[in-house]
Amino acid sequence: MSLLEFENVTLKFGGLTAVDDLSFEVLEGEVFALVGPNGAGKSTVFNLISRFYDPYAGSIRFDGHDLLRVKPSGVAAYGVARTFQNIELFEHATVLQNLLVGRHQHRKTNLLSELLFLPSARQQEIENREKVEEIIDFLDLQAYRDKMIAGLPYGVRKVVEVARALATDPKLLLLDEPASGLSVEETSDMRWWIDDIRRQMGITVLMVEHDMGLVSGVSDRVLAMADGAKLALGSPAQVQSHPAVIEAYLGKAS
Amino acid sequence: MDNAQLLISGLANGCVYGLIALGFVLIYKATEAVNFAQGDFMMLGAFVTIGLTNTQYMGLPFWLALPISLGIMGALGYLLDRLIIRRLFGESQTAVVILTIALGFVIRFVAGLIWGHEPQTLQNPLAGKEARFGGLVLGMEDVAVIVVTILLTGALYVFFSRTKLGLAMQGASQNQLAAYYMGIPVKRVQGFIWALAGVVAGIAGILFAAKGAVDPTTGLLGIKAFAAAVIGGFGSLPGALAGGLIVGVIEPFSSRYIAAGYSQVAPYALLLAVLIFRPNGLFSQVRVKKV
Amino acid sequence: MRIVFKTNYMQDIRPWKDRYQLSLYLILLAVVAAAPWWLDAFYLGELTNVLIWAIAGLGLMILTGHTGQVSLGHAAFLAFGCYANIALIEAGVPFLIAFPLAGILTGIAGVTVAIPALWLHGIYLAIFTMALSILMDDIIVLSEPITGGVAGKYVGGVEIFGHLVDRWGTPDQFFWLVLIVTVLVTLGYINLLRAPLGRSFIAVRDSEVSAQAMGIDIARTKMISFALSCAVTGWAGALMGLFAGAFNNETFSVLISIQLLMMIVIGGLGSIHGAFLGAIVIGFLPQFLSISKEYAGALFGGNTVAIPGLEFGIFGMILIAFILFEPMGLYGRWLKIRTWFELFPFYRKDMFKRQKSYLRTERLR
Repeated sequence: MSLLEFENVTLKFGGLTAVDDLSFEVLEGEVFALVGPNGAGKSTVFNLISRFYDPYAGSIRFDGHDLLRVKPSGVAAYGVARTFQNIELFEHATVLQNLLVGRHQHRKTNLLSELLFLPSARQQEIENREKVEEIIDFLDLQAYRDKMIAGLPYGVRKVVEVARALATDPKLLLLDEPASGLSVEETSDMRWWIDDIRRQMGITVLMVEHDMGLVSGVSDRVLAMADGAKLALGSPAQVQSHPAVIEAYLGKAS
Repeated sequence: MDNAQLLISGLANGCVYGLIALGFVLIYKATEAVNFAQGDFMMLGAFVTIGLTNTQYMGLPFWLALPISLGIMGALGYLLDRLIIRRLFGESQTAVVILTIALGFVIRFVAGLIWGHEPQTLQNPLAGKEARFGGLVLGMEDVAVIVVTILLTGALYVFFSRTKLGLAMQGASQNQLAAYYMGIPVKRVQGFIWALAGVVAGIAGILFAAKGAVDPTTGLLGIKAFAAAVIGGFGSLPGALAGGLIVGVIEPFSSRYIAAGYSQVAPYALLLAVLIFRPNGLFSQVRVKKV
Repeated sequence: MRIVFKTNYMQDIRPWKDRYQLSLYLILLAVVAAAPWWLDAFYLGELTNVLIWAIAGLGLMILTGHTGQVSLGHAAFLAFGCYANIALIEAGVPFLIAFPLAGILTGIAGVTVAIPALWLHGIYLAIFTMALSILMDDIIVLSEPITGGVAGKYVGGVEIFGHLVDRWGTPDQFFWLVLIVTVLVTLGYINLLRAPLGRSFIAVRDSEVSAQAMGIDIARTKMISFALSCAVTGWAGALMGLFAGAFNNETFSVLISIQLLMMIVIGGLGSIHGAFLGAIVIGFLPQFLSISKEYAGALFGGNTVAIPGLEFGIFGMILIAFILFEPMGLYGRWLKIRTWFELFPFYRKDMFKRQKSYLRTERLR
């Protein structure tokens, strides 16, 4: 069953076509990777799903809902969470607070009950913490839980961002270059985590990644893009040996 | 005829606002920082020249004092950047705003200590002379203000849009890191711009002190000039001048045709209206952050 | 260093770290509450003033320190709260209703103002609010029937349960009134920060894009922040009016707005402590200066006449020093000193190195 559907989506910035008549489906429970050279429009696809941009044409459906009717802050409520290419954490808050922000969309209390910290607010905080501590355990972040983001090393921040996305309880997790800038060990950790996220938590993963080792290691299907359009779609091995993909990466063999 | 007189004196005032606004825009264009002390810089420029020229202080000849005081102002601008602003490299815009507001307080305090709190006028060769155009009687100072402002704005405009150095400076503001990689000496450019802003403030101060009296609180005019810069569209030099002129003209006319109190209200009311209704015109330099 | 071994979630959720910390704050509160017995009337008044400034600082801290929206116009909301309170009292509303209502009205006014300003960023919002603060002067003059215009208003005491509380007549009771408001506002603030709403403020401050991706409505969050901030500021304004006894259109000038912003920067943006520390600096700086001037005068035989602009000049210098050397403010400095003692002799200089100021850069990096 398809969870996310792109149908003939086109996005233009002025004269530049960033996404060109793109159609694909992400099936429930799979790990789906977007690959392609820089400027192919992969992150733009993420930003379309996050509703930061309005497509020029086409439709985006998620879990049976028309995503284009949802405002940017409403996307999370449907069960879509994401990370960012250049890490967008809340710098001057602790790891724990960052993860708790991930629980924001499950907020049931109102202004007054929070100002007075009524039992309902207290109960909600305890529930939020139970969920967040689970994720901290899952991603091995115990050592950092009360540390400010501003002082953390890059590799840890990447993991915190994944953790924060998981804290929202998503159906679909968008990972924008989860392994970029990570060491070999950190990348292999990330690989097992992505695997666990899918297997243990049953979350569908859509990721943009340049590291082909990671892509072929975890993903079920791969979509190769160039200049905003679809080049090839299939298993990692199929895509890697596709002539159009080789051409896009290496140039035309002459 | 009365209205024409009002218009001219409004324009002359507007030119001074425009010159201060020019200083704001210069610094903003090149460094994306906002110097809230620009008005106090102008006040300082006026007092430095008064200190050099007026007979109760040093009593130098006006035309000799002029280059010296502009030199001092340029040096002060440069030092300010070198000693203080540069340390905030990469810090938030707002930190610079708060810092320059504080700096304004300090400048006002120091100027008061040195030159006292009595209003003073600059003794200058144009004082008391008049120019007649048909039935209009204009003070030579007003004419000088208008002429100098137009020339200066024109020169700066040409500098920024035609010369290599000027274009490099614009590049430096838009993306510091990229400009740095392109071989533009970002920090030196920044120092130069602050020096230039100091000189422009000096010119504005001299013109202001020739037209009327200055005292340490004159620097608060900077707030009005800032409104002018925003009204004109922040980031454009001719816009700054236009904004200054609009504010300068709107003041006497609103106090004349609405009520006396309104000359203070009108520029800010206009500022709010511009910020609310024409944000696009102003926001051309605010880009959507890439994620 | 005291390390708390946490065994349940409530240890994390409650605002104090352990009994020791809680008792320190309770002792501090008790000492302050007993001030009328150990302070003379003059310094009690000063302390009252500091608390009022601290409330105003807490108000601005919500907006600037925790939501990242810089306001150079909060004096306008001080004025609004002050006049709303007086107008309600003069209309016959009892103080215990008029006072909360004044804050709520100010909050509503804040939201009304915020709506057109929601899309203004950084420096533009600062200018917008500053213009507002400048215009407030004229708005007060124009609405003379309510505000008394240039002539201003005089207030005596206020009646609470038939009992007259007055800044001059009963300074002790006025002090306690202010203290109660301070404590209530602070408790509300603490609760806010440990609840989802406070975290959403911080999220908006630190990264609007990812806040949005986490399901936080940016415009709505900013509006709520404006509302809370202005309401608290309104209460501070109401108390300021009662404290001053007389005020007119010039009482809440744009300089007060600037002073308030500088105060929380010196205290430390993004912390409740910062508002209090900043208020102490603001409140006691004039006293400190006049005392040191007397000493200097006695030592060097100089004159002790007032130097105009001295206060603001010194204040400006302090602020510049803080922005350059301690962007986290007094509270940040305090944290470093405390850590130094706790870790002695293992403190390293770069321990806080990566933490820069709270205000986020608008530049593309």
